[in-house]
Order: sequence, then C-alpha cells, then structure tokens
Amino acid sequence: MLEKSLQQLRKSGRRILVPYVMAGSDPDWLSLVDLVIESGADAVEIGIPFSDPSMDGPVIQRAGELALARGVTPFSVLSELRTRSFSVPIVVMTYYNLFHHMGIERAVTELRQAGVDGVIIPDLPLEEGANWRAMAKSQGLETVQLVSPVTSLERVDEILAVAEGFVYGVGSMSVTGERAELAETATAIATRIRPRTTLPLLIGIGISNGDQAAAVVEAGADGVVVGSALLRRVLEGQTPSELSYFVSEIRAALDEA
Amino acid sequence: MTSVMGNPDATGRFGEFGGRFVPESLMPAVIELDSAFREAWSDPLFRAEYTATLENYAGRPTRLYLAERLSEYLGAEIWLKREDLAHTGSHKINNVIGQALLARRMGKSRLIAETGAGQHGVATATAAALFGLEAKVYMGEVDVARQSLNVFRMRLLGAEVEAVTSGSRTLKDAVNEAMRSWVAALGDTHYCIGSVMGPHPYPWMVREFQRVIGDEARSQYEAATGSTPDWVVACVGGGSNAAGTFAGFVDTPARLVGVEPAGGAAVGHGIGGIVHGMQSFFLQDEFGQINEAASISAGLDYPGVGPEHAHLHAIGRARYDQVNDDQVLEAVQLLARTEGIVCALESAHAIAWLVEHKQELLSSSIVVTLSGRGDKDVETIAQRLGFLEGEEHA
Repeated sequence: MLEKSLQQLRKSGRRILVPYVMAGSDPDWLSLVDLVIESGADAVEIGIPFSDPSMDGPVIQRAGELALARGVTPFSVLSELRTRSFSVPIVVMTYYNLFHHMGIERAVTELRQAGVDGVIIPDLPLEEGANWRAMAKSQGLETVQLVSPVTSLERVDEILAVAEGFVYGVGSMSVTGERAELAETATAIATRIRPRTTLPLLIGIGISNGDQAAAVVEAGADGVVVGSALLRRVLEGQTPSELSYFVSEIRAALDEA
Repeated sequence: MTSVMGNPDATGRFGEFGGRFVPESLMPAVIELDSAFREAWSDPLFRAEYTATLENYAGRPTRLYLAERLSEYLGAEIWLKREDLAHTGSHKINNVIGQALLARRMGKSRLIAETGAGQHGVATATAAALFGLEAKVYMGEVDVARQSLNVFRMRLLGAEVEAVTSGSRTLKDAVNEAMRSWVAALGDTHYCIGSVMGPHPYPWMVREFQRVIGDEARSQYEAATGSTPDWVVACVGGGSNAAGTFAGFVDTPARLVGVEPAGGAAVGHGIGGIVHGMQSFFLQDEFGQINEAASISAGLDYPGVGPEHAHLHAIGRARYDQVNDDQVLEAVQLLARTEGIVCALESAHAIAWLVEHKQELLSSSIVVTLSGRGDKDVETIAQRLGFLEGEEHA
C-alpha cells in the first residue's frame, strides 16, 4: 500500500511530502494528522514516543517527553489509530525496543490492525533486521530502510535489496532537527542514491522549509520528510491555520520544483 | 563465539545478546572501530604501548592484597584486587588508556564520553590530557548537581562537561546524548564508552581493555598460593570491572559472582530489551520504556547491563545477586575499620555480598575486585549516616 501509493504519485510526476507528527504530544494530535493531509501530505509519519530516542534532536525529544508524560503508550497510540482511517498511507516511526518488547509477531499484527502501512525503525540496521522484516512482510507491513551520507555504495546496494515502501535518505549527519542552511549531504545523497533504485527516494533530517525541499528534489529525490520544523511550530502553539500554511508552502515549493 | 569470554563473531553476539543496533549513520563508524580494534589488539606494538602506559602512568599492576582482619571477621580468605590504587582512583583508567591509544591510532583528535558518577568522565579527561586529545563529557544534569567535585576535576583536566537535560537527566540520557553528538562528529571524534555496553565492538573491546584486572589477579593469586580461588566477586552496573575480572578466571573452577544494586539490578529485575545499541537486560515498564535505576552508588545507576553478563547469566557461568543500600553502607564501614580502606560505594557492593553470604563462604578463598576508592563518596556516606547536615542523596 505504501510503496504502491508512492510509486503511483511518482509516476504521475507528483513530488512526495511526508510530514512527521508525534502521537499523543497533544490530546488533539489526530487533528494534526488530518490537517497535514488536508494541506498536501502524501503520507504521514507518526512517531510513537520512546524513553530513549537516541536518533532525535531536542524538538522531537520534547514532543516525545510530552506524550510520555501524558501517559501515552504504544497501545494507546495504536488504538487511537484503529478508530480512524486516512486517505493517505500511515508510516509509524519508533525505536525497536517497543516492538521487541511486544514480541515482533504481535507488534506487526497490532500495527496492521491499526491501519499502519509501513514502519521506520532507525535503530534496526540491515544486519539486525532480518527476523523483523520477514514477519512484517508476511503481513503486508512495509519496513522502510535508511541510507546515510556515510553508507558505502556497496552497503547502499545491500540495503536497497531489502528496502520496501520508500528509501529514506538521511540528509544530514546529525540527529533530527532543523537547519538554517541545507546540508551539502542532503543533495549529495539524493544524487548518489537516485540511479541505484526505482523505489521512491525521500530525504529527511534537516529539511526545514520549501526551498530546502525543492533543492533535494531537484537533486534527484522524489520528495521529503519534514519533522522538527513542523513539530517546533506545534510545540510553540501555532494555530491550525499557521501550521496549515507552513505545510502548504512546502507542498507548493515541491510542486513548483 | 568460539568459547566463553572468547572473541565474539563479526556480529558481536554473546549467545543471543549483544549485536549492533545503531542508526545507519553510525554503522560505518562502529564497523571501522571493530576492524581497527581487531587489528590493534593483535599488534604487539600496540599491546606493548598499552601495557607500558598502564605500568608507567597508571601504576599497574595493582596489588592483590590478603585482607587478614576482614578474612578473620568473615571466616574466609579474602583477597582484594586493589583497583582503587590505580591512577584516578578506579579501574576506569585501564579502558580509557586503551581507547585513547586506539583513537590516536585511528587518527581521531577528540574523545567524547558519557559519565554517571563522573569516574569514567575523569578517566577520559585524564587520558585526553595525557595524549593531547580534546575531550567532551556528557553528564546528566541530575548527576552534575550531585557530583560537582568530579565536574570540576574534569574541567581542571581540560575537558568540557555538558549537562544533559533530556529524559531523566541521568546516565542513560548521557549515553543518548553522547551518541547523538557522535553522529555529527564522526570525522575527528572517537566515542569512548565507559563500560562493557553499547553496540559491538564496545562490550568486547572494553572487556579486553579491562581483562588486565583478572589476568593480573589470577597470576598474583597463583604466585601467592599455587592455586586458583574458590570464588571471584565483583560489583556490576554496566559491568566493566566484573567483566575484566571474570575474563581472568572464566576457565578456572572459580565460581563467578556479579553483585548488582537492588535498585538497579538489570540481571536480577530486568527483562530482555534492545537499547543503547545492544540486546541485553534492562529495567523497563510494561510497555518497553526504559526505567531509571536508583541506588546509593551513582556509578551503578544504569538500567541496563553489558550483554556478556546477560550471556554469562543465561548459561549459568556467573551468578548475579543483589545487595541494598543499607548493606552497602555497612560494608563501607566494615572495610574501613577492619582494613583501613575507604572503598567506593560501587565496590562496597561486593563486600556487602560477602557479609550476606558469610555462611556459604566459610573457609573458602575469595578474590574480590575493589573497583575504586571512596573519596568521591565520603560526603554521600556522611549524609546517609547522619554525620552531615543536609538532604539525603536520593
């Protein structure tokens, strides 16, 4: 569903926008999911908060801490998701321990029952993920793989061989967070990975505005993931119309690129 | 695994534990570190420099001391491996000398480290000064407040100390922050992990850099008695002094005992999990969120344990027991009054275990690793015992 949906967009020439929302950082977080879809999202990445988010910078850490302080759990997030259906694919991002703790068979089943199409597990690298990938695949849950600016081409090809959904190109050698200037690595990784895969290629980490999004698609990516730049605005208490304007601006920049 | 406490395979597994669960941005760095360590550790020149630095600078070998009055009190023969006498006051120096030499060999000019109580941070700052490297130490804000003297020691040694304000603001969060900062600085920076934890090759590499404790103790014991001890005992937080000690005795009949704090017993109370790059035991809530550890000794306040300890527990080669804060306070005083040694609260866990198991140990011979000296803990001990005004340390 995830890969098929994004491939269709890709073939139709539409650039792909995937905003990130932290589940439960606010009681009304599902409205934020609706808002980003209405503002032009092609899929939504939903974070499940974890106590030790070692790949996340201050903004997403803060959003996760707020969610945990509200008593949000993996099961509460998934049961909220079960009550809803969305017009675009849903991708869950969290750390592996939460799924390991549930047991991978149960985790995959729960995710699928909640209508989740794909997962991003940043601390489950190629070598450690075979069991997870097999279980997920057997139930139609697509596991997104990450490639980084320092991943060798040989290793890139090994990762691409098991990639599903889309390829997540890490745009910056850093944890998640906004950047005033686009990292050189963000366009470089798009150019480097593009000829090696026919999967949708999205760049995330350090994509903060429309200009930066446009730059990476011009370098060969199919689209972007935008997390901290959106969540910072949410944490600052921006109004729905302000948030919608921000997402729409990136949408417009992608459409014009 | 070729043998118990031998060299792990390329994936860094100890049975089902260990592994390398890091983001793709860090994978090339840990793979590079693995091959650099393998190469260095089989290079006699590297080994010679490591050994010479430990001897000439850190004061090794440390003594294996027959504690006669304590032995008399317990009705057993107690030999103390005196890591408290090593430079900087604990076994942590063994590991950081090894990692600093390796970092230099890899062309890195900067060390980063996490620290809880500050002992590993001080050791890292020390090694950085010795080898002319930059150092930055991540320390939870809570620990910065309760270990202010060690914070100053690190700064005095030229290291930068950053207070970590995320999560529970303790050791586990300092590990997270060190990993986050490492991603952005891979070119010139080596992450000097302080215990037998983290992604492969760290648990193995740190054990190898600490095995000098066990290797020395075994040959010292043999020289003194012509035999091997019945028991080998060490405290366990992440478990580096225990791993180093056990490595020297694992192929003898000695019974190996790791002593965890009751409030931070990852083997005793934890369940299987995957955090900080490794599969091991962790204190967790019912959903897999990591809980804080809580004991009188900041150095053992870690909610996980090194994966090799999880394996030694699973195969029954080592036994892991717990002692509580009150037993530890009693043990500090006992050792002070019988032997004139004020040991670290961490190390006192091992002594407390001897007291609790006195009947089981009667007439046996026991090597106990005294991982560090207690100067850093005197204020905490005084407060707990009511000798000082002020709030008790949580």
